[in-house]
Amino acid sequence: MQVSSVDTIQLLRKEILRMGGIKSPLKDLYCKEGLSWISDHFPNKSFPIAAVHEFWCPEQESMAASLGFVAGLIQTLFSPDAVIAWIPSERSAFPAAFSRFNLRPHQIVCIYPGSLKERIWVIEETLKCKGFNAVIAELNGFDFTQSRRFQLAVELAGVTGFLLNSKPSPAATNACVSRWKIESIASQPAGNLPGVGFPSWQVDLEKIRNGRKGSWKICWNANRFEWIEEQSENLVDQTKKWAV
Amino acid sequence: MEARYVSVWFPYLKSEWFVRRHKDLQNQALVLYVRDRGRSMITAVSKEAYAHGISRGMLLADAKAVTHNLHAYEEPEGRFDEVLQHIGEWFIRYSPTIALDPPDGLVIDATGCTHLWGGDDQYLRDITARMNKIGYTVKLCIAGTIGTASAVCRYGMTDQVKNGNELDALSQLPPASLRIDPLVAEKLNKLGLRKINSLFTIQSASLRRRMGVGLLQRLRQALGEEKEFIQPIHVAAPFHERMASMEPILSRTAIEIALHELLVRICDRLCSEQKGARILLFKVFTIDGLQQQVQISTTAPSSNPVYLFKLFELKLATIAPGFGIEVFILDVLQADDLLPAQEKLWINSKGLDDPALAEFLDRITNKLGEEKIARYLPAPHYWPERAIQKADSIQEQPFIPWPSVTVRPLKLLSPPEKIAVTAPIPDYPPMNFRYRNKLHKIIKADGPERMEQEWWIRDGLHRDYYYVEDESGKRYWLFRSGHYDAEKPVQWYLHGFCS
Repeated sequence: MQVSSVDTIQLLRKEILRMGGIKSPLKDLYCKEGLSWISDHFPNKSFPIAAVHEFWCPEQESMAASLGFVAGLIQTLFSPDAVIAWIPSERSAFPAAFSRFNLRPHQIVCIYPGSLKERIWVIEETLKCKGFNAVIAELNGFDFTQSRRFQLAVELAGVTGFLLNSKPSPAATNACVSRWKIESIASQPAGNLPGVGFPSWQVDLEKIRNGRKGSWKICWNANRFEWIEEQSENLVDQTKKWAV
Repeated sequence: MEARYVSVWFPYLKSEWFVRRHKDLQNQALVLYVRDRGRSMITAVSKEAYAHGISRGMLLADAKAVTHNLHAYEEPEGRFDEVLQHIGEWFIRYSPTIALDPPDGLVIDATGCTHLWGGDDQYLRDITARMNKIGYTVKLCIAGTIGTASAVCRYGMTDQVKNGNELDALSQLPPASLRIDPLVAEKLNKLGLRKINSLFTIQSASLRRRMGVGLLQRLRQALGEEKEFIQPIHVAAPFHERMASMEPILSRTAIEIALHELLVRICDRLCSEQKGARILLFKVFTIDGLQQQVQISTTAPSSNPVYLFKLFELKLATIAPGFGIEVFILDVLQADDLLPAQEKLWINSKGLDDPALAEFLDRITNKLGEEKIARYLPAPHYWPERAIQKADSIQEQPFIPWPSVTVRPLKLLSPPEKIAVTAPIPDYPPMNFRYRNKLHKIIKADGPERMEQEWWIRDGLHRDYYYVEDESGKRYWLFRSGHYDAEKPVQWYLHGFCS
């Protein structure tokens, strides 16, 4: 039997991914419907779990937007029993708000480390702990060595890490598999109802190892991500009129 | 080897126990009483009160009439149940077999023990001296049978009865000394049988018929004709391991090796007894006589040496070996039952019951402190800062559902920050607001959502919340505190950033 060169190339690509620490999912378990709009851009066509993702959030607003997006991701990727560690930057965590994203706030363990050194240690330990499914950590910049350690920790334990970096520096390199920028955009009206609609974001995937960059406009509607089709200008105007 | 039993009697057990906790009552006439059907019945008297003629069972009013400076206290409820048990456990130094003799006595099986103290005399003297030092009056008697020892101890004058002399020792004592039913004792008293030797004049068959089997059995036991069995108390051996080193130890690696070795030994024992450690104390003694210690605690009992070692590892840096460590001691201060968990072939889904999670939380708690880690449950309050409460344990589940419909910010400012707002009155959403010198023009808004406080924790004004979106699409959660007032300006606050 002749093996075509295309098949060989695909096999070799998968082998490279495996050697690069990207595990391919057993089934299409993580390739859920909710992420179909983005999955073409990921290696193996599935969102890389057991990896560390970096989010650039220099402002409080972008931090909140990233948190919302990450909450949506976690809801899409994991079972409702998932246990999540949240390491907020200050005592501003309000886990009850996660219930809007269909997560169970009592499954979230909040940790408030004191110093930066303690914070880095806690993040590394949570990423090493097999009891967590995902770790959301807010931190104020980190260097290559630290990100490499995070990546090694998750490869061992299989935890998915979301680092919300409030002091991003474009010059610094790090070992995270992806870099995202999430910004809030005008909310998507729920039907013809006035007021603030479904939370919407401009999602920029600026870096992804073994994948393709991309940019999307999405909103969180009825417990799943929805790709926003370009709206006609007059519909937005109409909502504006009703809102105030 | 001929059997020897010591009967220990604490004539003033309760009152002396009480005095040990209230030192100012020493050498005072003290009584403890309980309230019983409208009266105050004396349940314990001190030696001084007894000297005034006050005894157990008297009424407090009568006792007060006897002496004027009487200290009377209500008996602390349920505290005496364990006192005798604790004293019994302390007595384990005198013999491996100790039995309780409630309400105020102990029986020591001293067979083959007394020679270690140099004889019966020294044995008894040692017990008396030590108990007196602690603050308890004791009366002792050593004899060949439990019955004789107990009878002579409480009713006789001597403190030693040679084996074979039981009959002589008992003959002049009242039958009540044989630990018989009080009703039988009273019956014998009424019949004029006031001494034990008078019982011997009566045929055993008629004694059995009139007084029951109990009396004869007690008599035969006291005389050594029938074996009496006691139920020894079980003293749990403490989980304690020690290790001495030939050379003074200076390096961290060596300390770790010692600790690991001790943990393996302790965990072996914990496993075999199906226990798990909750609190562990690791002590080191340096050659200059100083002692240092490290303590860890776990949220769930554990007998896993690797895991416990990890907990210690975080704190080992606090040990300064100085000139060198010569002795290591590991104590389990608290151990709980630990049933072995069924090992799973695979784990389907993670959850809060995952042991890996409990172990992780222990490590974080031991390193950072308990206040740095929290899991929240919904609380039945309106204001967002009161709407969540810390869960007590990792397994605790919410007893009310989480509110899912309402919008809440993921980043909640605590406390809320003041903002300047332009808003049409009375209850329209604001048109713009200024936060940290940046003007935000509001395009869309939801609200108001009025949040009152519960009347029992009312503190300040109610809040009217608005969920707003500015021209760049950022979403905020604002509130106005209280109603509009012509007299004074209302204050607006930013309470959080919504996603």
